[in-house]
Amino acid sequence: MAGIRKEANTLRLIALLDPLTRPLLLLLVTAIDGILKPVQRRVGIDKMGYIFILPNLLIFGIFVLFPMLLNFYYAMTGGTRLFPEDRPFVGLDNFATLFDCENFTQPNSCQEDLFWRGVFNTVAYVVFQVSAIVLFSLITALVLNRQIVARGFFRSVFFYPVLLSPVVVALIWKWVLQHEGVLNGIIEILGGESKRWLLDPNWAMFWVVFVSVWALMGFYTLILLAGLQSIPPELYEASSIDGANGWQDFRFVTMPLLMPTMFVVLVLSLIRAVQMFDQIFVLTGGGPGTRTQLLVQYIYTTGFSNQIQLFGLSAAASMVLGVSLLILTLLQLRLGNQSSLA
Amino acid sequence: MRRILSILLILAVLLAALPALSQDTVELRIRWYDDGNEGEVLRDLLDQFEAENPDIRVEIDTVPYRAILENLPLDLAAGEGPDMARVTDLGGLAEYYLDMTPYLSDPAYWEENFGPFLNWKRLPGDDSSIPGYMTQLTITGPFINRTLFEQAGIEVPSDMSASVTWDEWAAAANAVAEALEIPYPMAMDRSGHRFAGPAISSGAMYFDDMGHPTVMDEGFRDMAERFVNWHLDGTMHPEMWPLSEGYAGANEEFANAELVFYMSGSWQVGQFSEQIGDAFDWQTVPNPCGPGGCTGMPGGAALVGIAATEHPEEVARVMEYLTSQEVLGEFAARTLFIPAHAGLSASGVDFDTDLQLAKDSLGVFVGQVGTLEQVAFDLQAYGFNRAVFDATRDRLTQAMVGEMTVDEAIARIQDDIDTALAEQG
Repeated sequence: MAGIRKEANTLRLIALLDPLTRPLLLLLVTAIDGILKPVQRRVGIDKMGYIFILPNLLIFGIFVLFPMLLNFYYAMTGGTRLFPEDRPFVGLDNFATLFDCENFTQPNSCQEDLFWRGVFNTVAYVVFQVSAIVLFSLITALVLNRQIVARGFFRSVFFYPVLLSPVVVALIWKWVLQHEGVLNGIIEILGGESKRWLLDPNWAMFWVVFVSVWALMGFYTLILLAGLQSIPPELYEASSIDGANGWQDFRFVTMPLLMPTMFVVLVLSLIRAVQMFDQIFVLTGGGPGTRTQLLVQYIYTTGFSNQIQLFGLSAAASMVLGVSLLILTLLQLRLGNQSSLA
Repeated sequence: MRRILSILLILAVLLAALPALSQDTVELRIRWYDDGNEGEVLRDLLDQFEAENPDIRVEIDTVPYRAILENLPLDLAAGEGPDMARVTDLGGLAEYYLDMTPYLSDPAYWEENFGPFLNWKRLPGDDSSIPGYMTQLTITGPFINRTLFEQAGIEVPSDMSASVTWDEWAAAANAVAEALEIPYPMAMDRSGHRFAGPAISSGAMYFDDMGHPTVMDEGFRDMAERFVNWHLDGTMHPEMWPLSEGYAGANEEFANAELVFYMSGSWQVGQFSEQIGDAFDWQTVPNPCGPGGCTGMPGGAALVGIAATEHPEEVARVMEYLTSQEVLGEFAARTLFIPAHAGLSASGVDFDTDLQLAKDSLGVFVGQVGTLEQVAFDLQAYGFNRAVFDATRDRLTQAMVGEMTVDEAIARIQDDIDTALAEQG
């Protein structure tokens, strides 16, 4: 009886559509119904949920799970052939190569020195970039959450770089930072001395972090802004009645309630930072030398860019990266859960 | 009724997805990259071919050069490649080339006219296959901005001596840059291939007695150290090598008269004719000399047939058309490329330009063929030369920024080559 009622509702909805769309939609609904009815009869209504999520699971399986398993297999193989069946099984040799180091703090003493340079650069980049993104996004969100003049305009301004492609962002900043670029032009007009910003290893890392913070901050600001706006204003009224000042409001009302959103920002920015490739690739090419070359670039170069493509080594490095990221994320989530329980 | 409708809908979708059932013409695809106007010229020539051969249609898929280096090998390994491709990794991809010999009407023509270059595209031990032809022969060598020398009142070293050393050129370029406040005295393409010419001139042998690639000799070390030091003292463009990944060129700087001496190659002549024209006097000078000679590196790009093609006969027909002396002559004339064709080399090419600077430059490059050292030819013919070139480029860059010493960089280059070749098996 309920089924007939639902069908009648569907037909009533279709009847509201224009004469052109109506027959097409009717045809589509009838066709889907024709396919799913026999399936439902066979598996039963309780299991139809699985049928509905099957397409998504298939996509996940084909495009995510299967490549992950394949990557795992490639990491255990050697040689340069593309197809798995042509590749000799080498067990953990690729991992042994990556971890063959006399002194882990001295990349030059490692067999795969570029891998370890990538590891150290990635750690430095992630620490600075994620801290900066969380801090500046929070400050910006707090400011934009206040009743300031042209608040809508400023929200757009901060969000605008998010709309740009990472390659465009990198090219813009490359023009700004190159020796004959805009920044040096301004410095010279002001009487200062121009500098090769991207050639100095420390400055290069600073600018790489700065540019990515500039490009991505708007997105995280938006998330934090949504978090701030979901805090009930009554809590601030109550705290002001209790005599709390601005800092106490922030410490005892805003931060505890914003913490779940902060963890979302932290996890998302961490994953994005570890995966960073395109922007740095265009801005510095990983240079000067390898000073801004992150692990993802090592994986790309080893597996695809070199004439003799070492897929096995590249797959092993990507597994190390994936596992590290998983551990970090789980750690964060655990900390997040603990803090919300507290 | 519902079931019938469902079946009808599925059939409609399937029919829409089906390709045309009948095809009279064979479509061939060429994976191509452009240095200058050669894609445009090729299209013109193929239009004429298609008019005479209505059963074949040729599509040119123009991609960035990086895609030829990085994506094409993967496509070929997966059996997903095009019918033909323009490649520069000549020997490295040889296993995927089509041997067109059985499909060619006159294989002897190919041996006769492309003979010396066919080996570059063959696997070791193969001395008979015909996989394609060189779209151009390239020779590496330096360009100078003569106008800057004149403005600075400094003699061009090659005007005074037939064999100028790298140090003499560096001193002259520095003097010009200093006199005119030009930002970059010298630059070299970020490429191990470009570095190889100067290294061989300094005495690098590149192969040991067993024919295994090696960089562990004094000649290589000498040029490596000099090259790294030039980056540190500002003689060489300080940002180009350290701040790039893969290939990088200084075309823009040279065209903007911000660079005195630019080590690149003959393929730039067409571009400079377009970009610079006669805005200033640019010219090619002979390769600088050292104890190992005064050599550049030969090279070039080849159009090859791909073994996985379903239409080998049609591929051979297109190739025969493109390699006829008349068509190849037109291609060379309009692109300002040096042809790698014995007949054309003998008859000469009337390059399609009014710019005397371009004609003179091409003349110098053609004249350089005789000065190339045998090791330069051997290195170019070596199938895994990119493993040598890429390691050289990346490790010397690390030495330039102080991540390692020159000796450590050379040891790493050797390690990288050995590791890669061991994996290759």
